[in-house]
Amino acid sequence: MFGIGVLKGMAVTFKNFVESYYKKERLTTIEYPEKRLAEKERFRNFPFLIFDEKPEDPRCVACDICAKECPPQCITIVRAQDAQGKPLKKPATFDIDYSICMNCGVCEEVCPFDAIFMDHEFELAEYGRFEDLNYTIDRLLKPKEHFMKIRPTDATRIEAELKKKENAKKAAAEKAAAAAKAKAEAAKTQASQVPDTKPETKPNEPAQPADPPAEAK
Amino acid sequence: MMEHTLISKPDFDTQTLEVSLGPQHPSTHGVFRMNVVLDGETIVKLKPVMGYLHRNHEKLAENMSYLGSMPYTDRLDYICSMTNNFAYALAVEKLAGIEVPERAQYIRIIMAELTRLVNHTLLIGFLLNDLGAFFTPVLYAFREREKILDLFEEVAGSRMMCNYFRFGGVKADLTPDFLPRVKELIQNYPRFLDEFEALLSENEILMARTQKVGVLPKELAVSASITGPMLRASGVPYDIRKVDHYSLYDRFKFRVPIGEHGDVYDRYYIRVLEMRESIKILDQAVKEIPSGDVISKVGAGFAKAPRNFKPKAGEAYGRIEAPKGELGFFVVSDGTNKPYRYHVRAPSFINLTILEDMCLGHKVPDAIIILGSIDIVLGEVDR
Ligand code: SF4
Ligand code: SF4
Repeated sequence: MFGIGVLKGMAVTFKNFVESYYKKERLTTIEYPEKRLAEKERFRNFPFLIFDEKPEDPRCVACDICAKECPPQCITIVRAQDAQGKPLKKPATFDIDYSICMNCGVCEEVCPFDAIFMDHEFELAEYGRFEDLNYTIDRLLKPKEHFMKIRPTDATRIEAELKKKENAKKAAAEKAAAAAKAKAEAAKTQASQVPDTKPETKPNEPAQPADPPAEAK
Repeated sequence: MMEHTLISKPDFDTQTLEVSLGPQHPSTHGVFRMNVVLDGETIVKLKPVMGYLHRNHEKLAENMSYLGSMPYTDRLDYICSMTNNFAYALAVEKLAGIEVPERAQYIRIIMAELTRLVNHTLLIGFLLNDLGAFFTPVLYAFREREKILDLFEEVAGSRMMCNYFRFGGVKADLTPDFLPRVKELIQNYPRFLDEFEALLSENEILMARTQKVGVLPKELAVSASITGPMLRASGVPYDIRKVDHYSLYDRFKFRVPIGEHGDVYDRYYIRVLEMRESIKILDQAVKEIPSGDVISKVGAGFAKAPRNFKPKAGEAYGRIEAPKGELGFFVVSDGTNKPYRYHVRAPSFINLTILEDMCLGHKVPDAIIILGSIDIVLGEVDR
């Protein structure tokens, strides 16, 4: 009979209408600014730069890889220089233009130094169109605790990897230093030719804080 | 098909009227314009005008590394970003000869089928909107779609711009509670489809408005290179998942539903049936997914240094059965780190070319639903 289908459809709408008052799966919206959904750990919106101890020493070494790979080209990096004009391994300017960034996460993926990561911040509306949306380095820098807080799984893995790398580097530096020392000693006592004490290296023990491993290269 | 002359011959003089529908017309699914010539209310001529959303996608891709265009493919058909990623990854993998681990293949298939659910659910909702059933069906559709988008956000970090596929696999492994949630979804989705069908499939108003409207004959569909649900609604059993055997689709048991009349109603109904088949594929994939790597060792190296990814000179065409039809990427390499030529075969663009033939002789409101049943996304049409 004509009209049965329409009535059936109306029954569905009516059921939905009534059930939306008490059934949870029918009422899926939340009242946003007051209530919020739990954030997903992998959610990505806008990158931030990470620093270990002090904001003056970001992990970023201004290698410019992310700026080259960023598909819409929204990162601008200028390398810092010391008084003699020698380039330093840190950025003087690091700007990301939020009005261009498309939140793709490529910068995080390509950074070889684990210095840039995607943040969970999403309420980034501003009144100004140009300066306010251009994120300079002081607005981008965040401590590594922040990373640990928003993305514990990734952070733990990445920090562990970094630690391992650093330890290996330190051990290598120590070994190199010890080998150099042994060589020098051997040269000194060449006549007697008894290299009595071979300096030992323990690969997994962190070196003394005075030891600068990065300068080994 | 009608000639471009007046249909009726009254004893007084009438003139045809040229009307520009769009580009800000609410029912055109984006910035799309139809120049129609009307005789009374009957369409005697229709010219689609596109290009308002042209963003230079192909040329941009020729000026950046291969990985760099992956996030841009999300923005072609922004409703199904996962399948766009899929087709592009497939083309580049073919070009560079990269093997994909089995777990990654399963993940890809799960994502592609979830995307099909998203697309078809949404399409039906919007089709009903075009018909004048304002917002009840579309909001039911949105409610269900949200659940799938939540899953995408869980694994890929973003709801719509997923950017999840990589050459040789996918970006990251599934999270521990992803598969249980997909299983839950597989259980609940048929119930939602039943409800949706109770609301729509036998509704007399829907039938009256859509049956025998916008008929696309088989021969015309084939000769105009129509693909996807449009073609199958006209009765041609052609599904790239079956004929091309890409990825691991030949391991799955599913049927290809075909229509009979090729009208708007068939195009609506075939999407419901396809969703039911997609659920079957998902069910099998979730049960059989093996453990292992999610990205091949060769591919993983490129992620950290996309600029060093230089496939050897040659060309490749990767195509998949996207929810809207055959989505293909044609990539030519000259041995450098940028594609020499990059072309997208966008299904909704090619399906749109047949619009005039389907609309002639119908009224303006019919043209709107015929357009709706083609399932276009302007991001993909204009690129
Ligand atoms: S963020 Fe990473 S890739 Fe970008 S300049 Fe700094 S170290 Fe290089
Ligand atoms: S998220 Fe993408 S667009 Fe934004 S700065 Fe990083 S690479 Fe560029």
